[in-house]
Amino acid sequence: MKQRLPAILVNGALVIAAMLTIFPLLWMVSVSFMHPGEASAFPPPLLPAKATWDNYHELFARAGMGRNLLNSLAIATALTLLSLAFNLSAGYAFAKLHFPGRDKLFQYLLGALVIPAQVAMIPLFLMMKSMHLVNTYGGVILPTVASVFGIFLVRQYARSIPDDLLEAARLDGAGEFYIFSRIVLPLLKPIVVTLAIFTFLASWNDFMWPLIVLSDQEWQTAPVAIASLSREHVQDNELMMAGSVVTILPVLILFLVLQRHYIQGLLLGSVKG
Amino acid sequence: MRFARRMRYTFIACAALLIAACASKNPDQVTLKFWTIGREGEVVQQLLPGFLKTHPNVRIDIQQIPLTAAHEKLLTAFAGDALPDMAQLGNTWIPEFVSVGALESLQSNVEKSTVIDAKDYFPGIWDTNVIDGTLYGVPWYVDTRLIFYRTDLLADAGFPNPPNTWDEWAKQMAAVKAKVGKDKFAVFFPLNEFEPLLNLGLQQTDPLLKDNDTRGNFQSPGFRHSMEFYEQAFRNNWAPKMSNTELPNIWDELARGFVTFYVNGPWNIGEFQRREPDLKGRWGTAPLPGQNGPGGGAAGGSSFVIFHNSKNKQIAWELTEYLSAIPQQQKFYELTGDLPPARSAWNAPILANDEYVKAFRTQLELVKATPKVPEWERITDQLWHAQERVARGGEPIDQALRELDTATDKILEKRRWMLEQKAAP
Amino acid sequence: MTESGKAWTFLSPALLIIGLFFFVPVLAAFVLSLTDFDLYALADIHNLRFVGFANYLDALQTSLFWKSLVNTLYFVVVGVPLSIAASLGAAMLLNSPLAKLKGTFRTALFAPVVTTVVAVAVIWRYLLHTRYGFINYALIHLGIHSVDWLGDPHWSMPAIILFAVWKNFGYNMIILLAGLQGIPPDLYEAARIDGASAWAQFRHITLPSLRPVLLLVSIITVAGYFQLFAEPYVMTRGDPLQSTVSVLYYMYEEGFKWWSLGRASAIAFILFAITLIATRILLWIGRRGEADA
Repeated sequence: MKQRLPAILVNGALVIAAMLTIFPLLWMVSVSFMHPGEASAFPPPLLPAKATWDNYHELFARAGMGRNLLNSLAIATALTLLSLAFNLSAGYAFAKLHFPGRDKLFQYLLGALVIPAQVAMIPLFLMMKSMHLVNTYGGVILPTVASVFGIFLVRQYARSIPDDLLEAARLDGAGEFYIFSRIVLPLLKPIVVTLAIFTFLASWNDFMWPLIVLSDQEWQTAPVAIASLSREHVQDNELMMAGSVVTILPVLILFLVLQRHYIQGLLLGSVKG
Repeated sequence: MRFARRMRYTFIACAALLIAACASKNPDQVTLKFWTIGREGEVVQQLLPGFLKTHPNVRIDIQQIPLTAAHEKLLTAFAGDALPDMAQLGNTWIPEFVSVGALESLQSNVEKSTVIDAKDYFPGIWDTNVIDGTLYGVPWYVDTRLIFYRTDLLADAGFPNPPNTWDEWAKQMAAVKAKVGKDKFAVFFPLNEFEPLLNLGLQQTDPLLKDNDTRGNFQSPGFRHSMEFYEQAFRNNWAPKMSNTELPNIWDELARGFVTFYVNGPWNIGEFQRREPDLKGRWGTAPLPGQNGPGGGAAGGSSFVIFHNSKNKQIAWELTEYLSAIPQQQKFYELTGDLPPARSAWNAPILANDEYVKAFRTQLELVKATPKVPEWERITDQLWHAQERVARGGEPIDQALRELDTATDKILEKRRWMLEQKAAP
Repeated sequence: MTESGKAWTFLSPALLIIGLFFFVPVLAAFVLSLTDFDLYALADIHNLRFVGFANYLDALQTSLFWKSLVNTLYFVVVGVPLSIAASLGAAMLLNSPLAKLKGTFRTALFAPVVTTVVAVAVIWRYLLHTRYGFINYALIHLGIHSVDWLGDPHWSMPAIILFAVWKNFGYNMIILLAGLQGIPPDLYEAARIDGASAWAQFRHITLPSLRPVLLLVSIITVAGYFQLFAEPYVMTRGDPLQSTVSVLYYMYEEGFKWWSLGRASAIAFILFAITLIATRILLWIGRRGEADA
C-alpha cells in the first residue's frame, strides 16, 4: 500500500484539479438545458429536472445568435486565410532572405509586441471611420491581417529550412516565388496549421476591437453579442448559458481535434525563442 | 496539396456567404432603422402592423440595446457614422446629442402636425426636449419616481396615510424600522442608483448647477438638505446597504415585508400586480414627499429622436407621429405600463380608473427638467459615486458634496471655455 | 531583381499593414493624448485644444485613475504568483512518472485557455452569485460562511483573480511542463541517493533549472495581466465602489463612454509605460539571478 500511495496522491490530485477546471464548463452545458429560472435556486441544481431546448430556440429565433455566429465564422475564416498569406511571406523573408538591416528591423518589430494594442485602438477607430469601414467585416479584419507574433512564429520555424536546398533551386534557375510556393510552403506545413489554429482562435475569441468597431447587432460577432446579451438579460441565466455554449463549442472542438499543433505552436513561440 | 484545396473551397464558401448576406436588398423597399433601449423595443413591434398597412413599402428594423451599454453605443455610432434613422433616447441625453449636431430639429414638424399637440403634453416633460428654444424630440413615454409602499405595514406602525413632507416621511420610516426590527428595513434606496437622490435634489429650490450651468452647486443649502435626508436613511438603518443586483426580486421582498417603502417608476405597478396578486389591497402609490408638500421630481422618460444624417427622415417622422397618436399611446401603456406623455391619453378608462396610477398623474404636473448640459450624464455618474461613498462607505457629507462640486466643475471646464469663446468678440 | 528587392517584395504587404494599422495609430494616439479631444471636438474639430501634457498630469491627479492603478496592481501582484504557482503545480503533477492518462488530464486542464473570455465570465458571474452560486454552496458545505463575491468591494477583485487564474493557468502549465521535461532525471536520481527530501529536490534542482522558463512565463503573464479589461467589463462593470475598475477599463470608459479621447489616449500611454517598466524590472531581476547562479 505504501508503494501505491504516491501514485494515488498524484492521480487523485490530477483528477480533482481536472474536475474543478472542467466543472464550470460542464455546468454551463447543464444550465443551458434548464427551464428559465430553474438555476436560481438554493441549493443550486446540478442537472436539469427536465431538459429543454427552449433556451437555444430563444437564442436563435429571438436573439438572432445565428447571425452573430455566422459573423464570427466569416471573420475568423477570412482573417485566417488572409493573414496566412501575409505572415508566411514576411516570416520566410526574415528567416531566409537577406537584405541590409534585416535583423535590426526584426528586433524593432519584436519591440512592438510590448505596446498594448489598446493604445492604437482609438485612432484606429477614427481611421476606420474615415475609410467607411466601421460596422463592416473589413473594419475588424484589416488591422489584424498581419501580426508580429505570426511573423515571429513563421520565422522561428522557417530558420530550420536547409539553406542548401534553396541555393540548389536558385542555381537551377528557379524564381523566388516558385521556390516559396513549391519548396518552402510544403516544408512549412506544420507551422501553417499551427498558425491557422492560433489565428482562428484568437479572432473568434477577440472581444475589445470588435466591440468598438461593430455597433450594429447584425454585424456583431458572437462574443460581443454575448456581452450585450449579458447586460440586457441579467436575470435569464439559462439563456446566457446557451449563448456561452454556442460561442465556446466551435473553438473547443477545433482545439480538441488539433491540439497537438496548437500546443506545439505555443511552445515554439515561447520556449525555443 | 489537399490542404491547399480545402483552403480554397473554404474561401469560396465564405465569399459566397458574404455575398449572400449583402445581396438581399429589394430596391423599392425602404428600411427604417430604429434603435430602442430596453424592453420597449420588444413591445413596440406589436404596435407596428397599423403603420405598416399604410406604408407597405417600409420595413422597420428594430434593434434593442441594453441600457448599460446604450450611451457608449450611441456615441460610438455617431463617431463612426453608423447611427440609425431614429431612436428612443432618454430625455436627459438630448442636450448631449444636440451639442454634437446629431439630432434633427422637429420644431416645424410638430407645428405642422395635426396629430401631435404640444399643449396636450405635460409641460415639464415637453420642456426636456427643447434646447435653446428648438424642439429636438417628441416624448414617447414618461417616467418619474414615486413611492410604492405597504399600506398595511405602514398602518401597523401607526400611520394610515402616506407622508406628504420629508419630516413626515422620516418619522414614518423610523416608526416602521422600530416595528420590523433588525433584519428588515423601512425603505429601499438601491446603492447603484442615483435617481432617488436626484429626485430628492430636484425637489428643493436651489438649482443643481450655477453660473449659467457651468459650475456645480451641490454644496448649496438646498441640495445639502436633500443629501442629509438621504444619508440619514442609511445611518439609521432604515435602508439596507444593497444595490439592486443584490436584491433582484424587489417585488418579492416588498411582499414579504423586507422593505415597506420603495422609490421607483411606473412599470412596477404592472409587475406588482402580476407577481404578487395576493398583495392586493395592501399596497399603494403616493407622490414623492417634498420639503413642504408633494414635491414632484425628475422629468424622466424617453423621446423619439430623428438623426440628422438619416436618409429616411420623412418616414421616420411619420412613424413618430403614428406612435404618438393618442390611441397608440394608450395601447403602449397597456402593453408596457409606461405612462403616456399627453394628458388626453390619460382619459382612457384603464388609466382613469387605476388607483395606483393617480399618484403619477399628480406628480407629472410637478416634474422638473434636469440641467440641460451635454455633460449631464457624466455628472450623474459623479452623483452616483458620491451617494455610494456616503451611504455604503460612510464618507462625511461635507466632503462628498465638496468633491462632487470639484468633479462637476472639472467636467464643465470645457463648457466654460466654449462659452467664453462665444462671448469674446 | 536583387535579393534585397525580392526580400522586400515578400515583406512589404505585412509591413505595410503593421505600419499603417499599428504604428501610425500609436503615433496618432500620442498626438491625441496631447490634445483635449472630446465630444465637442468630435462635433467640430475647431473645438480642439492643444494642451501639452495636461492630460497626463490631470490623470495623475484624478483619484479614480489611481484607484484603477491600485486595482490593476492588486490584480497583477496577487494574480501572477497565484497563476504561476497553479501552473507549476499542475505541470509537476503532469510531469510525474506516476501520472496516468496524461493526455486527457492535460487537455482538461488546458481547456479554459481556448474558451472565450466573455462567455466564461458570464458563467463565473453566476457561479459567484451570493445566494445561488456553487462557490458559496461549496463554502457553506465546508463550514465557512458564504461570501458576497460581486457585491462586497473587498471580495470583488479576489473573485476576478480567481476567475483569471482558472482561465489562464493552463497556458503557462504547458510551457513549464516543457521546461520540466528538459531537466535531466539523473540530477534527481543523484539527489535521491544522497538522501535529499522532495522539498529539497524542488528547491535545489527544479527551481534553478526552471529559472529562465519561469522568467519568461512571469514576463508574459505580468504583461498580459496589466491589460485586464474583459473580466471587469462583463462581470462587474467596475463595481462595487469601483473596486474592479482596471486601468484599461477606465481608459475604455473615458474613451468610448464619454468620448474624452485625449484623456483616454494619455491613460493608454501611461499604462504602456508602467508595463514596460514592470517587465524591465523583471528582466533585470532575472539577469541578476543568472549572474548569481
